[in-house]
Amino acid sequence: MAHRLGLLLPLLLGQLCSQLLGTSGNSMLHYWNLKAENGSWGSKRIQDNASVASAHTLLFSLDYQHVQTPFEITLWIMLASLAKIGFHLCNKIPTVVPESCLLIFVGLIMGGLIYSLNDKSPPVMNSDIFFLYLLPPIVLDAGYFMPSRPFFENIGTILLYAVVGTMWNAFGIGLSLYGICQVKLFNLKDVSLLHNLWFGSLIAAVDPVAVLSVFEEIHVNEKLHILVFGESLLNDAVTVVLYKLFKSFSEMPSIKSLDILAGIGKFFLVGIGGIFIGLLFGMIAAFTTRFTKTIRVIEPLFVFLYSYLSYLTAEMFHLSGIVAIIACAMSMKRYVEANISQKSHTTIKYFMKMWSSVSDTLIFIFLGVSTIGNNHEWNWPYICFTVIFCLIWRALGVLVLTFFVNKCHVNTVTRKDQFIIAYGGLRGAICFSLVFLLPEFSRKKLFIAATTVVILFTVIVQGMTIRPLVDLLDVTKRGETSPTVSEQILIRFFDHLLAGVEDISGHWGQYYWKDKLEYLNSKYLQKILLREYDQARSSIVLLYEKLERKHAIELAEAGQLVHTPSSTSLLRRHGTAKSVPSPAPQDQDIMDNIQDLLATNLYRVRRMCPRLIRQLIQLTHSVLKSYLHSLTDSRILSSILTYRGALLGVNI
Amino acid sequence: MKKVGTSSLALQDRGGLGLGGPGRAGDGSRMDLQQIGALAVNPLGDRIIDSFFPDGSLRLDFPGFVRVLAHFRPVDEEDDGNRDPKEPEPLNSRMNKLRFAFQLYDLDRDGKISRHEMLQALRLMVGVQVTEEQLESIADRTVQEADEDGDGAVSFLEFAKSLEKMNIEQKMSIRILK
Repeated sequence: MAHRLGLLLPLLLGQLCSQLLGTSGNSMLHYWNLKAENGSWGSKRIQDNASVASAHTLLFSLDYQHVQTPFEITLWIMLASLAKIGFHLCNKIPTVVPESCLLIFVGLIMGGLIYSLNDKSPPVMNSDIFFLYLLPPIVLDAGYFMPSRPFFENIGTILLYAVVGTMWNAFGIGLSLYGICQVKLFNLKDVSLLHNLWFGSLIAAVDPVAVLSVFEEIHVNEKLHILVFGESLLNDAVTVVLYKLFKSFSEMPSIKSLDILAGIGKFFLVGIGGIFIGLLFGMIAAFTTRFTKTIRVIEPLFVFLYSYLSYLTAEMFHLSGIVAIIACAMSMKRYVEANISQKSHTTIKYFMKMWSSVSDTLIFIFLGVSTIGNNHEWNWPYICFTVIFCLIWRALGVLVLTFFVNKCHVNTVTRKDQFIIAYGGLRGAICFSLVFLLPEFSRKKLFIAATTVVILFTVIVQGMTIRPLVDLLDVTKRGETSPTVSEQILIRFFDHLLAGVEDISGHWGQYYWKDKLEYLNSKYLQKILLREYDQARSSIVLLYEKLERKHAIELAEAGQLVHTPSSTSLLRRHGTAKSVPSPAPQDQDIMDNIQDLLATNLYRVRRMCPRLIRQLIQLTHSVLKSYLHSLTDSRILSSILTYRGALLGVNI
Repeated sequence: MKKVGTSSLALQDRGGLGLGGPGRAGDGSRMDLQQIGALAVNPLGDRIIDSFFPDGSLRLDFPGFVRVLAHFRPVDEEDDGNRDPKEPEPLNSRMNKLRFAFQLYDLDRDGKISRHEMLQALRLMVGVQVTEEQLESIADRTVQEADEDGDGAVSFLEFAKSLEKMNIEQKMSIRILK
């Protein structure tokens, strides 16, 4: 794979290196070009060349093939990351153009460069690399940090959009395109119904990578975000089934109704099988982390390993890998977070974010690069109609389905939300990779061209215009509130209340099932999967502790003017401030006065309103300042402030 | 009772609601409600049952039962425009839903949730897992966050304000009661 990927990079590199080495640049180029033509990296001829050039021992030799593969991969990742830095350096552009568009442009430029330097088509993203290496980190990141409460509250709607919506889109687009193919004018008669339906199935799916990168920047309200995002993740099951179904149909001589029924059954198998594998690996991961108390360092590794294993296992059985990895991440999160240390938690978070960011960037750059070249057949009528039909069928699908959703649910989806859902149906790299996986037949290039245009259109046009549209339509945005303990308590309170009332009215609604699941969890699962069962904490307590910790840090920082390193001492709950440097002896009585002042005033600091505490700090500050204005020794001033800060930390 | 007419019919059709024990058909007592098994394990179960018997009465008749459940009807958005301002607010309006929830906290019905009452509610929901000190500090913090006039208790208006971001109309609604 790598030699196709970075075919021309060594070319550029080789030029550079050969110039440094002083050998004739052109001959090197010529040789490497020949190698490319032969498609094999036989080292014989190069070695011959080198030995002819000098029979003596070389002080400085170039052995590119040895490091070729990792070198090229690293260079591509480096290019992607440098491009990202470049965008963020100029402040105005990222607000107008989403990052994904910019990356595609960079890819287009790179592709153009490569194409012009060497007349062959640039390397195309290998579908295996995409599905096995680039996609899992993004999906894992999405699943691990998915807010589970809104997800499960809206799960019915999400599933409806994902399953029924995708099938509606697939068949709608496929059949309409078949209709277009019948028109003699467009010279498309040889594209069969099966091929059209196959194409429809792969272009219908909304792509999680594209949706994530665009929606992350526009901050719509949580429910809308989770609807679009959840749909894009879960429709993978449908896409897998439909794609493989049509693939098997194309290989069969005749299609019977039994096969169609088998297809429908396969759908359930794929979805439920994926969930099952995900849950299995999630539970095993949670169980493993129970025993990692003494080897904290490799805790994050288990999270990644088990998630990746669940993805690969699901792919092995031709089930939906994305559904599996989401199920794994969501099920393991709760128990793993309780078992692992705080540092491991931070490590996991940042590693995941980093990996998914790198994957994301690489995918878009490759999309750009692969657009240039000889892989396409530009039959514009077909392409234009594909784009039009994608938009129309998505809009229709959302309208019809939302009508049914609003009838059954209390949680209605408003007209504005519907528009954003329909408009946010972005296609991305999954369609692209799937179209390259199609077997070679006469019209494959047409499909590749159509897919490329659809992806570029949705990501660039829709991606760029969705932000102004959100502002124009005044869609409810995500509230900028920080969590409060009282809100958490009230949420829990309402859970219990609603569960009770549902019991009384005999209605098995969502609160009833949530309650049942909680009961199962506390009775059985927690005992097995959590290390310290007696210390199982409710979310209220955890949130409270987190907020108190944050509060303590804020107070310490407000008190700290000079010394940042000693803030670590503040968080240690020691009885004495041992780590503080002792002040000069002649100021000892001042210190005693200050200590008394602070001790009496800061008792019960926790029971005060934060606003009052800040005022108190400012008051103390000004008192200290006026007291010490005669002291010119800034060292003493800083050590006094440190001491005061340490006292604050102790009291909290 | 005009607005709850349809839902009361729906409830009557449902029949087996756990009511109608040994007493007259259509009447219920506290014991009947307590027999609903799932309520027994619900931390707020006792308080929910108590809310059905507002004035300390011992028997609950059907209209009273329906009146309580009417709080949980989903809010009809089209109603608001045509409502006659002289009529009392329908039971499933946001304010009334909040008032119902408020009553579950406010046991002594003084119109305020004191720190002590918050502590009791917390003890029910979280109690077994934490120490008494932690409970007290959590209760402190909760009252602090909501309390604006500094009287150490949460009045109904402060309670409503702290929940203004939460979508109460959709949260406190049960679909079948529409």
